[in-house]
Amino acid sequence: MTYFFQNVINALQWGSFYALIALGYAMVYSILMLFNFAHGDIFMAGSYIGFGVATGLLYLVTSGFFSLPHWLILVLTIIISMFLTSFLGILVERIGYRPLRNAPRASAAITGLMIGIILETGNLALLGARRLGFPSLIMTKTYEMGGVFVTNKKILVVLVSLGLMLALDQFVRKTKWGMAMRAMSYDFVVVPLMGVSIDVIAPLTFAIGSALAAAGGVLYGIAYPVLDPYMGILIGWKAFVAAILGGRGSIMGAALAGFLLGFIEIFVTMIFPSTLRDLIAFSIVLVILTFRPYGFFGKPYSAKLRL
Amino acid sequence: MKKGFLAVTFVLALLMVGIGFTHAPAVQAKTIFIGMNIPLTGDIPKVGESSKYAGQMWLEDLNKAGGLKVGGKTYKVKLVIEDNESKADSAVSVATKLITEDGVLAIVGPQSSKQAVPAGEVCNNYKCPMISPWSTNPATTKDRPYVFRGCFLDSFQGPVMANFVTQEFGFKKAAVLYDVASDYPKGLAEFFKKAWEKLHGAGSVVAYESFTTKDTDFSSQLSKIIKSGAQFLFLPQYYNEVPLIVQQAHALGWKKPIVGSDSWGSPETVKLCGKDCYGCFFCTHYAAAGAKGATKAFIDRYKAKYGYVPDDVAALTWDSLHIIQKAIESCGKLTGKIKVDRKAVRDAMAKIKNFQGITGKMTFTEEGDPIKCAVIVKISDKGEYRFYKSVCP
Repeated sequence: MTYFFQNVINALQWGSFYALIALGYAMVYSILMLFNFAHGDIFMAGSYIGFGVATGLLYLVTSGFFSLPHWLILVLTIIISMFLTSFLGILVERIGYRPLRNAPRASAAITGLMIGIILETGNLALLGARRLGFPSLIMTKTYEMGGVFVTNKKILVVLVSLGLMLALDQFVRKTKWGMAMRAMSYDFVVVPLMGVSIDVIAPLTFAIGSALAAAGGVLYGIAYPVLDPYMGILIGWKAFVAAILGGRGSIMGAALAGFLLGFIEIFVTMIFPSTLRDLIAFSIVLVILTFRPYGFFGKPYSAKLRL
Repeated sequence: MKKGFLAVTFVLALLMVGIGFTHAPAVQAKTIFIGMNIPLTGDIPKVGESSKYAGQMWLEDLNKAGGLKVGGKTYKVKLVIEDNESKADSAVSVATKLITEDGVLAIVGPQSSKQAVPAGEVCNNYKCPMISPWSTNPATTKDRPYVFRGCFLDSFQGPVMANFVTQEFGFKKAAVLYDVASDYPKGLAEFFKKAWEKLHGAGSVVAYESFTTKDTDFSSQLSKIIKSGAQFLFLPQYYNEVPLIVQQAHALGWKKPIVGSDSWGSPETVKLCGKDCYGCFFCTHYAAAGAKGATKAFIDRYKAKYGYVPDDVAALTWDSLHIIQKAIESCGKLTGKIKVDRKAVRDAMAKIKNFQGITGKMTFTEEGDPIKCAVIVKISDKGEYRFYKSVCP
C-alpha cells in the first residue's frame, strides 16, 4: 500500500508539469483555434530565464548587495520568470502568429514549429551545448510518513501548480478580461464587433500561457536540475496530448488531463515492465480518444468553425 | 532587361564555379587529413569538447615538431573536426562526408556506441581506418577489420563491476536501471545482468528497469527498485542522467550504494550531481587523482590549458590519436593514393603491440579491441575521482 501511495505522490509531481504546460496549449487554442507548437520551447525558455534570474539573485545576495532568505529568492524567481517569459509569449504572437491570422491554419501551425526550432537553436548558439545545473534554492528535505517518502520540493511543485491553476480559473471566470477571453473563444468573428479587440486578447492569452509555462519551467528546474536546450520538446508533445485529451480548448480539462497523463505513465510502470511504459501509456490514451473523440470536456464542433 | 538578368545569372554561376574550385578538397600530397567525428552538441557536448581539446593538443605537438615524418618525408597534418550532434544518423553522414569529401586518412570517433556502431559500418564499407576512443559496445568492431577502439569492452566492464560489488560488499541482490533506447547502456546492462546471474544464480537481479532517452522523471522505476529489496543499484548512464537519477533515488528514501560505468567519468557528473554522488563507485579507464608519469604530464598540461582535469574521453582520444600517428609512421611511406594509404595504415595499426598509452598498455586483438586494465574509482567527499582498485583481464 505504501508503494501505491508513493506512486500517487510521484504521479502528482509529474502530472503537475503536464498540466501547467497543457494549459498554455488549451488557452491559445480556445481563442485562436490553433495549437501553438512553440509552447514546449517557451517552457524551455522559461526554465532558462528562471536559471538566469535565480543565479543573478544568488550572486547579488552572496556579494552583499542585499540579503534575502532562499525561499524568497525562489518566490521572486518564479514571479520574475513568469513576468519575463510572458513577454516572450507576446513576442511570439506578434511576429509569428499575427501576420498569419488570416492565412491557412497549416501555415500558422508550422510557424509554431519554426519558432520552436529558432528558440532551441538560438539557445544553443547563445549558451552553447553544455548542460546547466539549476541552482538549488532550497535544500531538499525528505519526510517519511509510514514508508512513503515526500520531499519539500515535491510538495512545492504540486502546491504551486494547483495554486496557479486555481488563480487562472478565477481569472477566466471572474474578471472582465476573463469574460472577454471566454467571449472570444465563443465567437471570434462577432465579438470583435462588440469592441473587444482580438489584438489585445490574443497577446494576453499568449502572455498568460507563457507565464504558466515559465512557472512550470522554474519548478521543473528545481525538481530536475539539469537543463538543456531540447528539454521542452518531449514534454511539450506529451502536454499537447494532454490538451487534446482534456478536450480541445477546455482549459480545466487540459489541467485534469495533464494529471491523468502523469498518473497513467507512472502507474503503467508500476504494473508493467518499464520498457513498455510509453507504448502502453499512449495506447491507453488512444483507446480513450476512440471512445471520446472530443476528449473529456470538449464539445463536438461543426464545419462552420474556422479550421 | 532579359539580357541583363541573363548576364547577372551567368556571372553568379561562374562565381559559384570559382568558389567551388578554390574550396575543393584539394588532394595535396603534402598534407594528411585526420577526421574527428565527435558530439559537439546534442546530449553529451562535454564529451565532444574533451575530444576536441585532446585533438588540438595532439596537433599542437605535431606542429611543433614540424609535421608527421613518414619514410623520410615530412607531412603537414590537419584535423577535420565535425559535429555528429550525438545522433546515430548524423554520425553516419559525418563519417561519409569525412571519407568521400575531405579525403581523410583515418577517423577518430564517434565516442559513444550509439553513434560508433553505425558509423563503424560506413568506415568499414569505405575501407577507411576508424578508431573509436570510448565506444565499449562489442558490435562497434565486430567483423570490421577497419574499425578499432581505444578502450575495453562492455563484455569486460560488466563482469568487472559484478565481481567488484560481490567482493567489496558481499551483496546478493542487484537492481539495474538503464536507457533502453541507447546502445551503450542497454548493452552494458545486459552484460552486467549476465555476469551477476552467473555469480548469484537466476533471479538475483531483482529489478531490471528501463527508461528512454530524454526522460527526466524516474520516480516510478526507482520506487519499483526500492520495493524489490535490491541491495545496490547499477546505473550504466551518462552524466546528463546520473545526477537526476541519484538525486531522485535519495529523495525516495534510497540509502544503499549506487555503482556506475565508465560513462560517469566526465567532470560534469559531480558538478551537476553535487553531494548526492559522493561515495559512489564506477568503473573507468583511468583515474586523474594520483596519476603518475606521462599520464600526469598530460593531465597537468590539459588542466593548465583548459582549466579543468581531463576526463577519460580526453585521455582515450589522446591515446587513439597517438595510435593513429604510430600506425602512419610505421607505414614506411605514403603513396598519395588515399585508398592504398588507408589500407597500409589499417594494416600497420593491426600490428601494434604493447602500445604504451596514458590509459595503460594496449595490444590489439584480431577484432581491433585492445587488451587493457580497468580502474575502479570512488567519488570522494570532495567530489574527486579517487583511484580505488585496478582490475586486469
